[in-house]
Amino acid sequence: MRELVVLSGKGGTGKTSICGSLAVLAANKVLADCDVDAANLHLLLEPEIKSSSPFYGLPKAQINDDLCLACDLCAHLCRFNAIRGQRVLTGNCEGCGVCYHACPCEAVEMLPHIAGELHLSKTRYGPLVHANLGVAEDNSGKLVAAVRKKARQVAEAEKKELIITDGPPGVGCPVISCLSGIDLVLVVTEPTLSGMHDMERMLDLADFFNVKAVVCINKWDLHPGNTESIEASCRRRDVPVPVRLPYDQIVKEAACRAQPVVQYGSGPVVDGIVALWDELRTRLV
Amino acid sequence: MIVAVASGKGGTGKTTVAASLALVAAEKGPVQYLDCDVEEPNGHLLLHPAWEHRRAVTVPVPVIDRDKCNFCGRCAQICAFHALAVLPDEVLVFPELCHGCGGCQYFCPMKAITENKREIGCVETGQSGAIQFVHGCLQVGEAICTPLIGAVKEQAAPGTLTILDAPPGTSCPVIKTVTNAGFCILVTEPTPFGLHDLRLAVKMVKKLGIPCGIIINRSDGQDQLIVEFSRDMHIPVLFRLPEDRMVAEGYAGGMPAVTVRPAWKPLFQNLLDGLEAGKQCVS
Ligand code: SF4
Ligand code: SF4
Ligand code: SF4
Ligand code: SF4
Repeated sequence: MRELVVLSGKGGTGKTSICGSLAVLAANKVLADCDVDAANLHLLLEPEIKSSSPFYGLPKAQINDDLCLACDLCAHLCRFNAIRGQRVLTGNCEGCGVCYHACPCEAVEMLPHIAGELHLSKTRYGPLVHANLGVAEDNSGKLVAAVRKKARQVAEAEKKELIITDGPPGVGCPVISCLSGIDLVLVVTEPTLSGMHDMERMLDLADFFNVKAVVCINKWDLHPGNTESIEASCRRRDVPVPVRLPYDQIVKEAACRAQPVVQYGSGPVVDGIVALWDELRTRLV
Repeated sequence: MIVAVASGKGGTGKTTVAASLALVAAEKGPVQYLDCDVEEPNGHLLLHPAWEHRRAVTVPVPVIDRDKCNFCGRCAQICAFHALAVLPDEVLVFPELCHGCGGCQYFCPMKAITENKREIGCVETGQSGAIQFVHGCLQVGEAICTPLIGAVKEQAAPGTLTILDAPPGTSCPVIKTVTNAGFCILVTEPTPFGLHDLRLAVKMVKKLGIPCGIIINRSDGQDQLIVEFSRDMHIPVLFRLPEDRMVAEGYAGGMPAVTVRPAWKPLFQNLLDGLEAGKQCVS
């Protein structure tokens, strides 16, 4: 089984659109949406949810008034300002459990905390594992790990050869959770200064985790000069850049109709994505 | 006043809106721009500040004194974040996982644990015309960014207009940024993706009890989806910025929207006037 993850650093580079199109082109795969901050892949793939399960974050402290002697030790020890006047401010509580362990009266309980939901769905392009995180929850990468684990189980059970993962945005913890044990990373970038900046960080990260990378430049013609610098930088790093995708309204039209762009229309963008997939496929075997 | 600029997902044009707002405000007086998107700060790519100061931001991390430690395993058992592992003759610390809760130190029976400082990133400040510019930059591979966002926000000067460029999404780092803002601007695109993420962002600001308004970016006139939603939620659409290839090209080259299209400045000025007057202007 092989795993491909699509990353972009900053959002808005077209990562999900491209991922949705790869979902159409690739055969015998499981899809995983790890963009848990803004899970959008399902909008393109019209999933039918088959099963859902709660996702637990770290537990939250709660003080039992009947047992508490108001010694204030817990408030003194809590480094996250989550205890005031023998009350836990749940929003601040990071679940470290220090108050629980320290309380001389065993007045602190750690209550399970549901942080989100994990779904397994059926789509016409294959099974999709996705999740949604509650608002104001920690995006620390645990949900990403849970989505990946589930996707691997499904791939094994259904004898799928490939997992395509729409990765989380940014370059932080969720991305790091996404990179371990991956076979190939596709970095989707655009020729903006921030796109280039983020691409460099993504490639550093891929290097750091020893994962092979391929770069795709989206909307390359917005700034041909920057496109050339991206290609030059990738050459120095020995990272292939098989295609340049042009700026094309068709991408937004497809998004407005909630369809993967290769399904929606034709033209240079679609040809580019098809060529990109051919290249990725040869690198995945 | 603190104004946060946020969006449910990245790439909606949040930074170009925040930078444009700062530029227009700077024509009238001093303004601060705090880039709280510490994982991928990019406001400086549009505002080009001249850097003046750099300060390292550190978090506590445990250090084990092997001579005092008896490898009892208590610290690893306490640590809710699996940042410690005790082997028969060694204690391993995984600094990126440590939240600095201090539990291991407090509970170690041998007093074998002390704390050291570990750099997770830096806060840089500088000046771009009349704009005081601040951003945080998280080191590659670091997982915990909220202490850094806190350090950026400490730079907010009371009495001045402070514009916060929030990280994308609706999780902890965004909450950390947006909490205690006086107003939150939500930037969205008129697509089903945009709407989906806007919904989450609105849920977040409502939960925090912060008044908000929507800017529709890359509008092609077909904004029904967003307009209906804003009506249902009783949130004003502050204004629309049209889909504009020149602006996209300008952004690619490091130019904010109002620099490419000075004609858009009155939209931002109106918004600032409205915020000043304590009311949001509804288009
Ligand atoms: S440490 Fe225990 S007894 Fe003391 S204030 Fe906290 S909950 Fe109450
Ligand atoms: S679990 Fe940790 S963060 Fe939560 S209240 Fe207790 S000491 Fe504070
Ligand atoms: S709790 Fe203290 S003595 Fe026990 S293993 Fe940890 S550092 Fe060593
Ligand atoms: S300070 Fe807290 S999070 Fe860090 S290693 Fe010690 S117990 Fe774990």
